[in-house]
Amino acid sequence: MKIKPAFTEQIVKKILFISTAFTVLILLFIIFYILKNGLSVIDLEFLLTSPKELGRAGGIFPCIIGTILLPLIAIIIATPLGVGTAIYLTEYKREGRLTRIIRFGTECLAGVPSIIFGLFGFVLFVIYLGFGWSILSGGLTLAFMILPTIIRTSEEAIRAIPYSYREVSLSLGGTKWQTITRVVLPSALPGIVTGVILGIGRSVGETAAVIFTAGSSLRVPASLFDSCRTMAVHFYILAREGISMENAYGTAAILIIAILFINLVSYWLMHRFMAKFS
Amino acid sequence: MASKIELNNLTFYYGNFMALKDVNMNIVGNAITALIGPSGCGKSTLLRTINRTNELIDGTRLEGKVLIDGKDIYDAQIDIIELRKKVGMVFQRPNCFPLSVYDNVAYGPVVHGTKKKAELDKIVEESLIATWLWDDLKDKLKRSALSLSLDYQQRLCIARVLAIGSEIILLDEPCSALDPITTLRIEELLVSLKENYTIVIVTHNMQQAARVSDYSGYMLLGELVEFNQTSKIFTSPKDKRTEDYITGRFG
Repeated sequence: MKIKPAFTEQIVKKILFISTAFTVLILLFIIFYILKNGLSVIDLEFLLTSPKELGRAGGIFPCIIGTILLPLIAIIIATPLGVGTAIYLTEYKREGRLTRIIRFGTECLAGVPSIIFGLFGFVLFVIYLGFGWSILSGGLTLAFMILPTIIRTSEEAIRAIPYSYREVSLSLGGTKWQTITRVVLPSALPGIVTGVILGIGRSVGETAAVIFTAGSSLRVPASLFDSCRTMAVHFYILAREGISMENAYGTAAILIIAILFINLVSYWLMHRFMAKFS
Repeated sequence: MASKIELNNLTFYYGNFMALKDVNMNIVGNAITALIGPSGCGKSTLLRTINRTNELIDGTRLEGKVLIDGKDIYDAQIDIIELRKKVGMVFQRPNCFPLSVYDNVAYGPVVHGTKKKAELDKIVEESLIATWLWDDLKDKLKRSALSLSLDYQQRLCIARVLAIGSEIILLDEPCSALDPITTLRIEELLVSLKENYTIVIVTHNMQQAARVSDYSGYMLLGELVEFNQTSKIFTSPKDKRTEDYITGRFG
């Protein structure tokens, strides 16, 4: 018996709809479950006080500070390096064996488990360079971890800019650098921002690499050379040691809300910029 | 009349492919010179040797000389930025930047270091007046250039070239993306501009060459077969190959 193409079409449409619905449901379920369990413990005190009894009581203030500082350092270091590399590979280096090797390398790095980066950061920053378990060591380690993502997305975004823009800019007597800063980068910005947001998301949620390099001190850090605990690490410790599931969910809820917030703000900033630019 | 651009024994290679064969040509100033011929005959390549945009492609090689105002533009002493300021180019498809009308026109002057707002305003206004855009666009300078119709965009591209103070305008099939009516407007514009500029236009369209140009060159397989006043090329071509092309027996 032959199945009619129109019938196949109907079936395929249904299957595709079901897989989409399934994905959305799982996501919604996770968010709902964590918010349901976590929102009840969240109040101003939870946000603004330090933990007591290892986190059984009190708030998560130091962890919020840690969660802001570590990804911030990572982004400040990884963005210029990553975008710079992407510009060099796309605009200054002719496509060849070297660029293919570098691209292959970054892709492999992007797939390396974060705990390996943690070990690397521990050996290099904590021990060899003597930064100790600190915000600096953790931030630098996260920077290396998210670098491949930023390079890859920036490279793709830059490559997608039509050649004609570059051609015109050069034909009007612009230099290569003027062409890049005035035409290429502004047009490629949405793609670059996406990479940076992915990087922030990954570093905010990272645990393994952070425990290895920033430690898990519960004090409010006074300098970049102090150890600190991020929310993700706090959640991990609270849950694994069975200290307080309630506060663990509270931390997780804040983490999810924070990531959502970062995404919204970044997209808003980008749209404002794009509206101004075009 | 003195020639503005001189091509002496110009040969050009893409890798091993010889795209131009020993071209000799004297292009007169304040006139429109058209280059016609079938696709792949080397007319765009010829155009690009005049502002050295051909160099942006890998593996190209040039022999012979290109002189502008008597100076060899492939000389090591030549400042390529100054050259490209002097010789502006308009491309096949309107390629405005995704910027406002104002910023498109001001792009050239800005990258060349003009900072004063009043000065930029003046340049933008003059360039838009010269391309007959000012009346329509003077209240829409902040609008995105990409929101304009193709014909306006192409004229904006010409305005962008005028804004850098070019003396020579190279146009590479500037009307191929436009309809016949807007094409006529661009052609009229070019005729009005030749008073102050030297214009070289590559076109696929023989009628266009006949309508706008003072001189025409017919190219075939990298060779400049015939170069003369347009009226002579179209009424009494000397070469059999030119005659075949313009009478439509070939091409």
